[in-house]
Amino acid sequence: MLPTLLGVAVLVFVGMRLLPGDIVEVRLAAEGSWISQETIDKERARLGLDKPLWQQFVNWMWGLARLDLGESMWTGRAVSYEIGIRFQLSLQIAIMATLVGIILAIPLGTIAALRQDSWIDYGVRVFSIAGLATPSFWLGILMILMFLIVFHWAPPMVYTPIWRDPWANLSQLIWPALATGYRYSAVTTRMTRSSVLEVLREDYIRTARAKGVWETLILTRHALKNAMLPVITIIGLEFAFLMGGLVVTEQVFNLNGLGKLFVDAVRNYDYTMVQGLVLLVAFVFVTTNLVVDLLYAWLDPRIRYQ
Amino acid sequence: MAIRQLDIDAIALERASRRTWAAAVLRFARQKPLGTAGAVIVILMALAAIFAHAISPYHPLATDYKAQFEPPNLSHWLGTDSFGRDIFSRIIYGSRTALLVGFTASLIGATLGLFIGVASAYFGGRIDLLTQRIVDIFISIPLIILALAVVAILGTGIFKVILAIIVPMIPRAARVCRSSALAIRELPYVDAARACGFGHRRIIFRHMLPNVVAPYLIILTAFLGQAILLEASLSFLGLGVQEPTAAWGLMLQGGAEEFAESAPWMAIFPGLAISAAVFAFNLLGDSLRDALDPKLRV
Repeated sequence: MLPTLLGVAVLVFVGMRLLPGDIVEVRLAAEGSWISQETIDKERARLGLDKPLWQQFVNWMWGLARLDLGESMWTGRAVSYEIGIRFQLSLQIAIMATLVGIILAIPLGTIAALRQDSWIDYGVRVFSIAGLATPSFWLGILMILMFLIVFHWAPPMVYTPIWRDPWANLSQLIWPALATGYRYSAVTTRMTRSSVLEVLREDYIRTARAKGVWETLILTRHALKNAMLPVITIIGLEFAFLMGGLVVTEQVFNLNGLGKLFVDAVRNYDYTMVQGLVLLVAFVFVTTNLVVDLLYAWLDPRIRYQ
Repeated sequence: MAIRQLDIDAIALERASRRTWAAAVLRFARQKPLGTAGAVIVILMALAAIFAHAISPYHPLATDYKAQFEPPNLSHWLGTDSFGRDIFSRIIYGSRTALLVGFTASLIGATLGLFIGVASAYFGGRIDLLTQRIVDIFISIPLIILALAVVAILGTGIFKVILAIIVPMIPRAARVCRSSALAIRELPYVDAARACGFGHRRIIFRHMLPNVVAPYLIILTAFLGQAILLEASLSFLGLGVQEPTAAWGLMLQGGAEEFAESAPWMAIFPGLAISAAVFAFNLLGDSLRDALDPKLRV
């Protein structure tokens, strides 16, 4: 876990400094007027870019060791501060999207598997393949279109924390969660379907049927319980990748979350911010993997005994 | 006489293989109707991209300020945008951008991944361990985040976007190809090739690569849809293909939201094009996976 994160840290640091030319020149050149060498040097010194590469790297790593991600090269505030004020919003959307995904996926996938090759199965499969193909930003645009044209209503633009006004909060955040959650559910539905199908062919299901166990009981006690293991893996993996989905949906719904922060950082060549956010995403990925592994051991005794 | 006989055999063999090829296509069409539907859409898209100049009624960049925001009508089938550009023509030309980016990025990404994966499996030991750790590092960053980070380094523009999509694809392809290659490495014919004293390159290219073709093709088609989606997302964020090039994601960004209420066609049709393209590639990839290797899940 730690080696991977360390690798990501080295990778982004080296990557961001791979190309010749530096952000100070790019940024000042964008302003269009003539800039003196003195201004450039001062700006470089301010951002700490005048030091040799190895020293910048050591400084950054030393900061990381103290959980300090450095200062944004664009706003000048601490990266951890910028992340902190947006974290709650993105986390809430991520959790709601996960819930949307699970609520849709597990029943749909199970029904599709139980009625394999019926029109229900085909419907579910088309629904889930369409979910993989529909860009979430387009889905978001369509939602906004529908609100505006059909209901003459638009989601609120200002963010309110959920404990202050749950209704205002939800009426703003449920839509991006739905737009991201659809894709999430698509992946999970497919996994649920194939996993249930596989389990239903197992010998112990036939045994259960042969001894006359009630069909509902077979499904809940014998089939679903065993089929859920790979589904949990997918849910965990996809949760880590939700950040990718948020990058675009936050843009559509004009939400000031981590995704927007990342896009702005890329636009402004804000190296420290890009580094910090990539590291954060990798951290989320590695931790969810660990949690899934632990969950696995807890759910499946066979793994524990090995 | 003997030579003649050989020639005839060769011709017969070629004919037979051609016939089995056609038969295989037919069988695929009959067994996988969904996959065939996907293939048909893909072929239509490719034709649209190749003959874009003949099909589209207007030049994709031609502005016409007398015809701004026109709803779909007989002269502009899918309406016009804020510059009076014909949306149908731009979608047709947009398929060029999508296919160019999709094919180059996924072909290069999957192929480099294939080489790295097979080499890693073949050499094994420390090399394999090191490669897999590096792959781990890359895989822990979501596709679009890594692509955006590459954009932050390289900048925007169509070829830089292709490169930005290739980078996150390589490790994912390498992972899949490696696991298939690992199984092959243990087979007797690889041992036999080694016993014959063949070099590493010959064993990798002549003996191992051809047998990893199935997962390679599967991952290639899976990448195609993802690459198109990724390009559209990057362009939508304004960090991909740049105006005035006709690209679907860009069409959604360029004011589609601003004018959503008054000109919804600007937002609807380009999105439909993206979905249809990715849908088609996914259907094709799914069926191909079922046909080639039902056990492999990507």
